[in-house]
Amino acid sequence: MTDLRAAVAAGTLGSEESYKALLQSIVEVARAIFGARASSIFLHDVKTDELVFEAVAGEGAGELVGRRFPSSTGVAGWVLVTRQPLVIEELEQDPRFAREAAESTGFVPKGLMAVPLLHDEQALGVLEVLDRPQQAVFSLKEMELLGLFAHEAAIALDLLQRAREARAVLEEEGGESEALARFAAYLADAEPEQREAAQKLLEAIEALLRASAAGPEGL
Amino acid sequence: MAKNEPAHFGDPSLPAWSLPAGSADRIAIGVEWPERVTREWAWGGSTGEGVRVCILDSGIEPNHPLVGELQGSVAMVKTESGEISFTDDAEGDLCGHGTACAGIVRSLAPKAGIFSVRVLGAGFKGSGPVLLGGLRWAIEQGFDVINMSLSTTRRQFAELLHELADSAYFRRTVLVASAHNMPVESYPWRFSSVISVGSHEEQDPLTYFYNPSPPVEFFARGVGVEIAWLGGGTIRSSGNSFATPHMAAICALVLAKHPELTPFQLKSVLYLTADNVGGGGRSEAAS
Repeated sequence: MTDLRAAVAAGTLGSEESYKALLQSIVEVARAIFGARASSIFLHDVKTDELVFEAVAGEGAGELVGRRFPSSTGVAGWVLVTRQPLVIEELEQDPRFAREAAESTGFVPKGLMAVPLLHDEQALGVLEVLDRPQQAVFSLKEMELLGLFAHEAAIALDLLQRAREARAVLEEEGGESEALARFAAYLADAEPEQREAAQKLLEAIEALLRASAAGPEGL
Repeated sequence: MAKNEPAHFGDPSLPAWSLPAGSADRIAIGVEWPERVTREWAWGGSTGEGVRVCILDSGIEPNHPLVGELQGSVAMVKTESGEISFTDDAEGDLCGHGTACAGIVRSLAPKAGIFSVRVLGAGFKGSGPVLLGGLRWAIEQGFDVINMSLSTTRRQFAELLHELADSAYFRRTVLVASAHNMPVESYPWRFSSVISVGSHEEQDPLTYFYNPSPPVEFFARGVGVEIAWLGGGTIRSSGNSFATPHMAAICALVLAKHPELTPFQLKSVLYLTADNVGGGGRSEAAS
């Protein structure tokens, strides 16, 4: 994203907070629909190659957001690198997993469903649903439903990342980029008459810039 | 270790680019096809012996009771100069995925040789080139079957993967790849030169279906499968990742009994012996 485009995007795209709220809502709904004990969305941080808790519903909500672990470990790591959804039951039988899980989630799940969050050609993260009711038999219908949630979560995660990138550019650049972002934000929220006036002003500035770029001969 | 060309091709140095008059003998088919292809004919009595199956995945835990002895184990690594190279794999399996796939192959084809090529587990970064390098290496080794319970969504790798999949097909290496059950473009399972696998919900490990609406071509057991788990144990799991090694193992059983089959012929046998196709049928299941 170029700096100026980022500046305009930061002014007009939804805020990071709204996308985080959307992600939170997705894990809440996923948890409710599956009747699960918890549900989480992990973002893959490409720079550090780690998975980061981005939203958590149910058990661990409020404590885990922001916690990180290496992208190649755990079931979430499998799912991210293989890009294949996975359902695992009877997890508590494995003491090593139980310890790892307790460290990362605060409790030992009996089972989990995990699905990669794929957007365009990127694997942005992983959605997990932990401990569905014990009497519930897993079927391919659940897998399909999980895929639908994953699609939604991937779109929200993509928007969140874009908002963050745009914000990061602004913070680095400051100055004119920030002024442009503020302007774009005002414009987005303005009344029609104000927008019309602003557009005329912009056209005048554009003409002025074009004329000065053409040099004295063009005047 | 290039695979032997079948004798019925005559001089193996002469590619069959065309067929001159009167030389049909040169391309005589070395398989005696029965009137009706059944599972008994296809793999009755087969244990997979003599067939080499490569698990292109996260490595395989050494001495897992459900996997047993491996024919070999290598890890693909990125060198400092950025090239992909292979090294003996001493780490086994870092996440358990490869061990699970190997355990399924072993359960159905107990005497097949299993070889691990680790392309996952060392972090997410650079996994695309490592995956391609691993697949290329595995094809060069002439394995009979390569199990790929993974895919990539990166289009930049698609063309190269396509070439590799075709080259495997022409070299008589069967690529068996997990399909995606989400609306995303991913590879290599979408290529017609591979055998792509999705899941069904039945519990019989030898039940599989042909899908007349591709790109997914076959459905194998992928729900509630008892899989080998790290630390020598087992766990129940679901996913196309585990349907795929079921088909890979069935390929190994067929190829052990009919080593001269080309991937095209093998796919035809799989079609004819599928549960929803007349030539197969559960009642005639060989084992």
